[in-house]
Amino acid sequence: MWDKEMITMLVDGTVDTLYMTLISTLFGYVLGLPMGILLAVTDKEGIRPNGLLYKILDFIANLIRSIPFLILLILVIPLTKLIVGQSYGPNGTVVPLVIAAAPFIGRMVESSLKEVDQGVIEAAISMGAGTGEIIWKVLLAEARTSLLVGVTIAIGTILGYSAMAGVVGGGGLGDIAIRYGYYRYQTDVMLVTIVILVLLVQIMQGLGMLLSKKMDKRRV
Amino acid sequence: MEPMIRVEHLNKVFRSAGEEVTAADDISFAIDKGDIYGVIGLSGAGKSTLVRCLNLLEKPSSGNVYIGEKNLTKLSGKELRMERRKIGMIFQHFNLLMQRTVLDNVCFPLEIAGMKKKEARERARKMLQTVGLEDKAKAYPVQLSGGQKQRVAIARVLAANPEIILCDEATSALDPQTTKSILDLLRDINQQYGITIVVITHEMSVVREICSHVAVLDRGRLVESGTVKEVFGAPKTEAARRLILYGGSPAGRWEERRIAEDLDHVG
Repeated sequence: MWDKEMITMLVDGTVDTLYMTLISTLFGYVLGLPMGILLAVTDKEGIRPNGLLYKILDFIANLIRSIPFLILLILVIPLTKLIVGQSYGPNGTVVPLVIAAAPFIGRMVESSLKEVDQGVIEAAISMGAGTGEIIWKVLLAEARTSLLVGVTIAIGTILGYSAMAGVVGGGGLGDIAIRYGYYRYQTDVMLVTIVILVLLVQIMQGLGMLLSKKMDKRRV
Repeated sequence: MEPMIRVEHLNKVFRSAGEEVTAADDISFAIDKGDIYGVIGLSGAGKSTLVRCLNLLEKPSSGNVYIGEKNLTKLSGKELRMERRKIGMIFQHFNLLMQRTVLDNVCFPLEIAGMKKKEARERARKMLQTVGLEDKAKAYPVQLSGGQKQRVAIARVLAANPEIILCDEATSALDPQTTKSILDLLRDINQQYGITIVVITHEMSVVREICSHVAVLDRGRLVESGTVKEVFGAPKTEAARRLILYGGSPAGRWEERRIAEDLDHVG
């Protein structure tokens, strides 16, 4: 089985998986970061409590997160076609991945920002800082290591989701695993894809943790 | 002369789970420029609420807070933020930004005020010198002792060139010796820059050490106020007597003797 074709396929699959994962994480944060900030800020303990806005965002986040990804994948096909022109392949997978990841990322951002010491926020308010300055210079800056750990978790989770996209011909390692391992009973190919996936997650996780530790000035 | 801080009929009621707690009950008093004004009371007397109402960290349920001629309760959000820059605050737990160096912590209020980075750093260095921590500029708060952290907090407050400094139990987390050095620093600042200082504390010794005036709070009410000499020398109310003679705790007998000695000195 280890002919050139197979290796090319695995390499391409790895590249596709990485592409889907990283692009989806990026756009996931484009939507999820503002969402998380809004959730943290409008919470009744936040710096700009707004019950209605919080409830709306809270509802959206819970709604999307309660739909299983496999079903979401199929559910958003019309939207995917509208945005990227096709509902299959790596680009077709990015759209549902982003939709699934954004509220999850929003929740992680929210919880990271809520860990910031209330006293420090008060100190900033007492100095005359405005909402924007507090978000940027206090919340995001003080929570940066926790946010980075969140990114690491997000990448791992999205990588896992991206493999599921194989079911609808999404491309990447998950696709290969399903086509060869499941439909053609080539267990060895499936095992190889699993090994690659495990390695990818380990590397990302390791890098993320290392970076967040380096950035954390709360340790001596 | 217009007082620096004037509080009129201040009320603050907290509501939670259908229960109402009156933390400030019709409080009125005035603080003159250059005073070091102590507010004492048992825990739960409403001291923190009162001081937090002075810069509107806590919004009064009713009543007015004047800083100079400005009524803070009538200001817009932006005006209030501008006014707060003149009112520094230091806290029991220091509340430094843990991910910033000492120097950048002191720069923080200057960034908010829109000062250029280079200028801000220069001023921050000067402030660190004032509090005796110029060699710690590049350190992070986690590497400092409690007393050093409070000095950074004081430098941070001073950087903004305030007219008032509010101290919310600023020495309560420090040991007696460090407390003394922080109080000395505050007294120096008061004398050197003429900054009005409000000190919230449950430690009578802090009031004796640096305050010119004192107000006694008891269950949300201001029961007595005046110069430290007047109030400590001849407390008129039961609450003040209890607080001053027993230091607010059953273990305050020893404190009582020390006060008696102090009063002899005051004559």
